Amino acid sequence: MSAVTASTAQAKVIYAERWRHRLYPIVMYLVMATAVLLVTFPLIYAFVLATQETSTGTLHLGGALIENATTAWERVHMGRLMVNTLIVALTVALGKILLSLLGAFGLIYFRVRGGMIILALVMLTHLLPLPVRIVPTYDLLTELGRVDTFKGLTIPFFASATGLLLFQQFFRTVPTDLADAARVDGAGPFRFFVSILVPVSRTNIGALFLIEFVYMWNQYLWPLIVANSDRTRQVQVGIKQLVATDSVIEWGVLTSGALMIIIPPLIVLLALQNSLMSGLTASSEDF
Amino acid sequence: MTTVFPNRILPYLLLAPSILLVLVFFIYPSIQSVELSLYLVNRVRDVKAYVGLENFQRLFESDAYLDSLRITVIFTVIVVFSSLTISLALAVGASQPIKGFGVYRTMLIWTYALSPSVAGVIWVLLTDPAIGILTDVLRHFGVVFNWRRGQTDALIFVSMAATWKILGYNILFFLAGLKNIPHEVLEAASLDGAGAWRRFWRMVLPLLTPTILFLLIMNTLYAFFETFGLIDITTQGGPGRATEILIYRLYLDGFRSASRIGLASAQSILMLIIVAALILFQYRFVSRRTFYQ
Repeated sequence: MSAVTASTAQAKVIYAERWRHRLYPIVMYLVMATAVLLVTFPLIYAFVLATQETSTGTLHLGGALIENATTAWERVHMGRLMVNTLIVALTVALGKILLSLLGAFGLIYFRVRGGMIILALVMLTHLLPLPVRIVPTYDLLTELGRVDTFKGLTIPFFASATGLLLFQQFFRTVPTDLADAARVDGAGPFRFFVSILVPVSRTNIGALFLIEFVYMWNQYLWPLIVANSDRTRQVQVGIKQLVATDSVIEWGVLTSGALMIIIPPLIVLLALQNSLMSGLTASSEDF
Repeated sequence: MTTVFPNRILPYLLLAPSILLVLVFFIYPSIQSVELSLYLVNRVRDVKAYVGLENFQRLFESDAYLDSLRITVIFTVIVVFSSLTISLALAVGASQPIKGFGVYRTMLIWTYALSPSVAGVIWVLLTDPAIGILTDVLRHFGVVFNWRRGQTDALIFVSMAATWKILGYNILFFLAGLKNIPHEVLEAASLDGAGAWRRFWRMVLPLLTPTILFLLIMNTLYAFFETFGLIDITTQGGPGRATEILIYRLYLDGFRSASRIGLASAQSILMLIIVAALILFQYRFVSRRTFYQ
């Protein structure tokens, strides 16, 4: 082995180290920044168009954002629609969480005959998304006189296989000692449920809330069919009205309306993304 | 099993609301869907006549339905394939063990908060013949893109918008899946150095298989059902029937026509069969994943 080859090998190692520690991160920063820009560009462009006075394609910010947003807000009664949608999204998200917490509590902490059958029945709902039963569900709503009501918008969504499965899986990983200790202290089932089980489930509750809130806020087909008055109309259908009411689309107005309705689910996502992430990656080791 | 409280009635009371809701809003309407699919129904004239399997026969003889089936398959394949590959690449990039990459994670998942209809509006802005910047760029390269006239262009347009919207959801699940992979494996498969590509295929990808299969099913269901709003707010199935996917056809027959209720129910049943096949595939190969929407 000559001295020359040894130093070449050494140089290679040095280059490799330099690549790994200095250049590689810089290259990756640039690559990822470009990726983020590409994914976000449609939204940025939409924002720029929402600020334009006239309907033109440009990359320069205009000064009419407030004006456009006000027009959109007033034209479809956006304030009312936001409240309507908030009522529906919150009712369904919280209702689902409560029902699935109670159901999973019943399944795991008590002796239930036919527990497996009940679970199978609830799992069956996975096979039956709304579109495969939409005509009869609408007919049922008509018979019950609940078309164009908040009950009609929310109750068909209450049953949730997702939530029940999530919580019953999670409850299985909660240490038995907790329930034992509660019983020794003389706590009844509800005391245990409220002061121990619900608090330790908060990460999963947060994750489920995020998923259900976003899901309901973004509902389109069902509200389009059952909620056709200002009293119950939902935001997504309101955007359709911004597209449909004019013969010539006012892009600035439409876009500012569309951007407006992204804000609530975006806030929920930002606030709860860590809960969802740990809910998705959680294992029994967390205790 | 965990500790059992001795109450006998209480657990059934706890489960009763869930069971009742499933029976009333899932099982009962599904059975009615099956029944309605065997009838000819006219809401205006209040007629209901038993016709057996005629609705199904009519569907398979109608060009509109067969076209819709074909379009749905093409649309779904494009959306699922492109969204999974793009989001996997982005998630692997964002999960590199480099300081400060947490920011990128948040900035990549935000399309999850978007509704398909708003995604549709945003992509109309990009591709409108008059104001769309993407149309301008394409025109610069000599490509004329007009989804309001061209059938192929329309299908490409809805596929792009649908793909973009689901990236956030996929990246979120891929990031979670990558987080579950032991650190040493990821470090070894870090994208720098020689053989990184091979290590990614040999080590990371197999460990991500459950996530990929799960997302494969979820994205298929998304393309089938959730994209309704995107299509209704942009192309409304057109031009012609170019973007009339199954759910849109079902909506037109079930709610925009008084005499095609039976036909719509038959479509529901066929959809149920497709969904059931997909979900059973998921239970068989992916098992215990529970997040559904």
